[in-house]
Amino acid sequence: MIEMQDAAYGYGAEPLLSDLSLHLPPGSFHFLTGPSGAGKTTFLKLCYAELLPTGGNISLFGHTAGGLSRDGIADIRQRIGVVHQDCKFLDHLSVSENIALPLSVTGKGGMAQDSNLNELVGWVGLTARAEALPPELSGGERQRAALARAIIMDPDLILADEPTGNVDWDMSLRLLNLLVELNKLGKTVVIATHDLALIRAAKQRVQARVLRIQGGQITAAGADL
Amino acid sequence: MSLRGELLAFVRGDRGADRVVPRSGQSARLTFATAAAMAFLAVFAMALSMASGRLADRWSSALAQSSTIRISAPPAEIEAQTWAVLAVLEQTPGIESARALSDEEQQALLAPWFGPDLPLDDLPVPQLVEITETADGYDADGLRQRLAAEAPGAVLDDHDRWRRPLAEAAGRLRILGWLAMVLILAATAGMVTLAAQSALSANEQVIRVLRLVGARDSYIARAFVRRFTIRALTGAALGMVVGLLAVAILPSARDTAAILTGLSFSGASWFWPLIIPPLAAATAFTATRIAAFRTLRGLQ
Ligand SMILES: Nc1ncnc2c1ncn2[C@@H]1O[C@H](COP(=O)(O)OP(=O)(O)OP(=O)(O)O)[C@@H](O)[C@H]1O
Ligand SMILES: [Mg+2]
Repeated sequence: MIEMQDAAYGYGAEPLLSDLSLHLPPGSFHFLTGPSGAGKTTFLKLCYAELLPTGGNISLFGHTAGGLSRDGIADIRQRIGVVHQDCKFLDHLSVSENIALPLSVTGKGGMAQDSNLNELVGWVGLTARAEALPPELSGGERQRAALARAIIMDPDLILADEPTGNVDWDMSLRLLNLLVELNKLGKTVVIATHDLALIRAAKQRVQARVLRIQGGQITAAGADL
Repeated sequence: MSLRGELLAFVRGDRGADRVVPRSGQSARLTFATAAAMAFLAVFAMALSMASGRLADRWSSALAQSSTIRISAPPAEIEAQTWAVLAVLEQTPGIESARALSDEEQQALLAPWFGPDLPLDDLPVPQLVEITETADGYDADGLRQRLAAEAPGAVLDDHDRWRRPLAEAAGRLRILGWLAMVLILAATAGMVTLAAQSALSANEQVIRVLRLVGARDSYIARAFVRRFTIRALTGAALGMVVGLLAVAILPSARDTAAILTGLSFSGASWFWPLIIPPLAAATAFTATRIAAFRTLRGLQ
């Protein structure tokens, strides 16, 4: 699904991440931890080709990231659901239209997804806010809408950047359960989070591996969590 | 996607795609107004071109046989001077042929005024020589000087030659009219490009979000292209209708050579302005598409 060989990335001349060599197999469940500013978001951006590696090689779904055309990148993103840390939406469309956006941009907007859409909006607890505009949402509501948007396309890979940063513990567990269910359906899940309690809760439900980014390197964290 | 697929998707339309880009009032209104104004001007350019084309044709055909030489001399010298005139004409560049009119022809010309029984031999009627010039024409002043030397009784009467520069001007005006059409189209393309670019940069955040959820460039471009093409089409249609009405109510006078009263369409040429809106739409389509793809390539 995603393979990195000695991949490196730096915003300037200094590399922020280096020697990234790892393999995220299909159906796996990974957590990504590390101190703030360590490069978790950067790592995820490498995974959906918003950033291209400045060294080494990254392969996404069997394609070399650096060699993808713009359409190739678009096609790969249609297979990846991303929950961005800053949850950007189209502010002139309603919440439910935003959640359905990945369907619209691939021309699947008119199909029988309406009931799916409503079900999903219900799942993330936004039924009452479905017709609101994104600027009217709270931080937690935005994150839930972003998660719904990430999974509506039934993606093979879900990348979530702090998806539970702004929601209470009950909602966190609810969202976690949703991701665990999707993982059981065969989807690959990567969650960047500081929340150790969430990782512990996940470990009771699913075989999750924990990756730690620190000092520009990525390492597999031990069972000490 | 191929251009053909692109056109098909464009015509089918996609409510979703139309909605993903927020209504950009300013640049869309600007495109509509520009297209209307340009189409209005284009109707006039077209009318000008066609009217001057008709004038040029009419005047040039009238020019083909436009001059005569009148030889008035004592009867004894008439014949000698006529030969001298014909010899001069033979050597003058720009003259296709020259012919002395026979007595019968001269009589026929004078009959309307003096009746058919005019005794031509008894009257000091001048001899007429008819000149047919080439397309390039001759140098009238040079010819006059040579005639004065060779045949003092000969007078060059180039009554219709004054129209030659007019016919040339009319021909030029026809070309200028078409050139104006081309310039109007180019200006439209420029305006639409600027308006589309401003709409694209105003929506940079929207475009980024669309890219992140997997939209292809062609999808994003289509949202803009459709909007600007429709604005240009409707604007140009309005401008064309107003332009046609304005041309239709211009006062017209039959058979006058004046360009002012001749500024109109005739017969089937009234349908020519119908190509203006599709032309404006095609221009907007191309200009927006180029601007959109260029902008999109600049964004990650
Ligand atoms: N566009 C950018 N240009 C330059 N530097 C950047 C850019 N984006 C991030 N950085 C820097 O790269 C480093 C890693 O950023 P990143 O967002 O990946 O961290 P993070 O691990 O996600 O942090 P957090 O836990 O706070 O979200 C930070 O020092 C940040 O300032
Ligand atoms: Mg981050």
